Amino acid sequence: MATLVQLGGGKKDAALAALRATLRRLEGPGRVAAGVAPTGLGPIDDVLPEGGLARGALHEIVGEAADRAAASGFVLRLLAGLAAQGPVLWCLADPDLYGPGLQRLGLAPDRLILARTRRDADLLWAMEEGLKTPGLAAVLGEPHGLDLTASRRLQLAAESVGGLGLVLRQAEAAKAGATAAVTRWRVASAPSAVAVPGAPVPRDFGLMRGRWRVSLERCRGAAPAGEHGYGHWLVEEGDAAGIVAVAQELGDRSGASAPPVRPAGPVGQVEPIRRAVRDRRDTPIRQAG
Amino acid sequence: MLAAVDPAAALAGLAPGMSLADARARLPDLRLVDADPAGDAQALAGFADWCGRFSPWTSVDGADGIWLDVTGCVPLVPSEEALARELVERAARLGFAARAAVADTPGAAWAVARYAELPASSVRILAAGEARAALAPLPVAGLRLAAEITQDLKRLGLKRIGDLYGMARAPLAPRFGEAVARRLDQALGLIEEPISPRQPIEPRMVRRILAEPISTPEAIEHGLTQLMALLCRRLEEEGLGARRLELACFRVDAQVERIAIGTSRPSHEPGHLGRLMTEKIGEIAPGFGIELMQLRALAVEPLAARQLGLDAGQADGAVAPLVDRLANRLGARNVLRLMPENSHLPERAQRAVSVLDERHGGKPKQDWPVARPRPIRLLTYPDPIEVMAPVPDDPPLMFRWRRVPHRVRRAEGPERIALEWWREPENGQSGAGTDGIRDYYRVEDEAGRRFWLYRRGLYRPETVPAWFLHGFFP
Repeated sequence: MATLVQLGGGKKDAALAALRATLRRLEGPGRVAAGVAPTGLGPIDDVLPEGGLARGALHEIVGEAADRAAASGFVLRLLAGLAAQGPVLWCLADPDLYGPGLQRLGLAPDRLILARTRRDADLLWAMEEGLKTPGLAAVLGEPHGLDLTASRRLQLAAESVGGLGLVLRQAEAAKAGATAAVTRWRVASAPSAVAVPGAPVPRDFGLMRGRWRVSLERCRGAAPAGEHGYGHWLVEEGDAAGIVAVAQELGDRSGASAPPVRPAGPVGQVEPIRRAVRDRRDTPIRQAG
Repeated sequence: MLAAVDPAAALAGLAPGMSLADARARLPDLRLVDADPAGDAQALAGFADWCGRFSPWTSVDGADGIWLDVTGCVPLVPSEEALARELVERAARLGFAARAAVADTPGAAWAVARYAELPASSVRILAAGEARAALAPLPVAGLRLAAEITQDLKRLGLKRIGDLYGMARAPLAPRFGEAVARRLDQALGLIEEPISPRQPIEPRMVRRILAEPISTPEAIEHGLTQLMALLCRRLEEEGLGARRLELACFRVDAQVERIAIGTSRPSHEPGHLGRLMTEKIGEIAPGFGIELMQLRALAVEPLAARQLGLDAGQADGAVAPLVDRLANRLGARNVLRLMPENSHLPERAQRAVSVLDERHGGKPKQDWPVARPRPIRLLTYPDPIEVMAPVPDDPPLMFRWRRVPHRVRRAEGPERIALEWWREPENGQSGAGTDGIRDYYRVEDEAGRRFWLYRRGLYRPETVPAWFLHGFFP
C-alpha cells in the first residue's frame, strides 16, 4: 500500500520490544496487548515508541481551520490500511465527507459509519461508545472543544477494548488546555514541488502531488528530538494507488524552501532517504539498546 | 350555535343545536366557552388510549364515546362491574361526566350507556340474556341508526326499541333498508358484530400491574428489566428477535407515556434491548405515578435474517449493538452511511442514508466513481466566491473565500460538468441551457491548500461570471 522508507532497524529490535513491553506494563494494565497500528510511513513509525499509532489510545490531530481537508486527508491516508480490520466510526456535526473522494484516497466509504451529532456532548458520547465497541478499526471525532476530562474519558474507553481513537481539532480550539491524548500531531498543507528543480512553473501547468507538513508535537513514551518536539516531516501523496512517501524530514518548522522531492516509487520499494537525519533523532531507548 | 351544554343549562331548557340568540334569550347570563372539537377529540383519544390498560381493544366512538372489548379481560380486574366503576370514577376525577354499560353485545351496551335512565357517573351491567328486556323501553335512537331513519320510525309511531320487537321484518326492509333489522339483531345478539378486528391476544406483549404507583427512574428501570426478561424468553422460545419495542407506562392520571426503540437486526438479548430502552427512560414523565407497565414487540423477525451491509464480515455482530445505541440516542436519521448514486452532478453522486434504512441494506448497487479527482469534503451548498480570472476559459488567479484572499499557485482544469437537463433548475439558475454548465478547476493556493472551484455557465462578455467554491482536497 505504502512505500516503506526504512531507515534502519536490525538486531536490537528484539531487545527494544522487550523493553517497551515492560514500559507498557508499568504504564497500566489497559495498554497491554492493545497492539499497534503502523502508519506505513517508515520514518514516522520509527519515532513512535511502539512503531506505529498505539491502539487502545487516543490521538489528537490538529489542523488549521482554513485548511479543511489537510488534517482529515492525512488521517484518511493513515486509515486506508486499517479499514480492512473493521468499520470506521466518524462522529461530526456536519457530515460533509464525500464518498468519491474518500474512495480515491483509499478508504472505501462502505466501511464508514457516520454519526451526525448536534452537540459536543453527543459527539463525545458517540465516540466513547464506539471506542468501547470491539470490532471497529478506528473511531474519529471532530469536536468543537475537548477538555482534559472529556479526553481522559475517551482515553479510558479506548484502553478498555483496545480501540483506536482519533480526534481532529482546529488549531484555535486546540490552543486551550492540554488533553489526555497519547500523541498530538499538527498537520497542514504544504506547497507541492516543481517537477524539475529550479525551473519556473507555469501557473496552469497542473497540480503536482499534494504534500502535508506533519509534526509530532507530543508523544507519550518517546523522548523529544529537539526543542520543536518529536519530529517534522514532509509527506507527499502518491498517485491514485494510494502510495504515500515521507519525502523528507524537516530540521526546523520554517520549511519555506522545500527542496525537490524524488518521485515516490512503486508499491513495496524501499527507498532510503537522508539517513543522517534519522540518526540524530534517535531516542535514548535506542541508544541504550 | 350551542355545541354542548352543562347540566345546569340543560335544566334551564337549553340543548345542543340551539342558536346562540335563542339561548341568550332564555338565559341572559349564559357563560360561553368556544367549542374545541379538535381538543375534545384529542382528549378522548388520550383517554381511550389509557383505557388500553384494561383491554388491548379500545376504540373511539363518535365524538364522545369509547368502546372497550373486555371479553376475557376479567382476570385483570376483579369483575366487570369493578372495571366499569373504575372507568367512570377515573373519568369523573378528570372532570368528565361518564356513564358506562357492560352488555353481551356492543349494540346493547351502546344503547344503555347513552339512553337508559341512569344517574350521572353510574354504571349498568346487563346480565346475560337481559338485553331484550333492558332495551325495550329505550328510544329507537339507541339502535345507532341514521337520524332520518329514526325520524321516520317515530313518525310511524315506533318510538321505543320494544315497539320493533313484534314487527314483521319484511315490511320494514323496503322502507328503511336492512339497517333497522340488522342493528336490532346486533343489539340483541342474534348476529355477530365485531367492534375490533379479533386477533388472538398478542403473545409478544407482557404487562405488569404495580401494587404501588412508581415514579422514580430506578423503579421504572427495575420494572422494565423484569418485563424485558419475560418478553425475551418468549421471543427466544419462538426463535424470533425484536426489531421494534414499545414500553407503555399507564399513569394514575389516565395518561399513557410511551417510549419505543428500534434495532438494526433482530435481537432477544435482554441486556442489549434493556440498555437501549433504559437510555430513554428519562423521556417518561411519571406524573403522579405509574400503575401499569406494558412492553410490546411491535415488529419481530426471525433471528439473524439481516446483515448490516457494512461489509465487515463477522465484525457486523459486534457493531450492530453500537449502531442501535447510536441510532437510539442520536436518532436513526443521524447514523448514516454513504451510498453512491448515479448522477453526474457532484452533490448528487452520493447520498447519506440511515444505517437502519432497510431499503439500502447490503452492498450498494453501483461502484464509487474514481475516474476523476474528487474532493474529500464537499459543501452541500457551494459557497459564492469573488474571483480574479483571465477570460474566457482560464483558471482563477486569485479568489476570496469568506473574506480571506487566496492566491492561486497552480490550477488544473476545466472539467466541464453539465447539469442534468431533466432536473429542476436550482435557485437562482434560469433553467438548464448553458447556465446548467459548470467548469470545475482544482486549484492550489500559495500555502498548498487545495480547493475545488467552478464557474457557472459559459463565458459571456457582457456578464460577470459567477464562481463558487465546492469542495476541499487534501
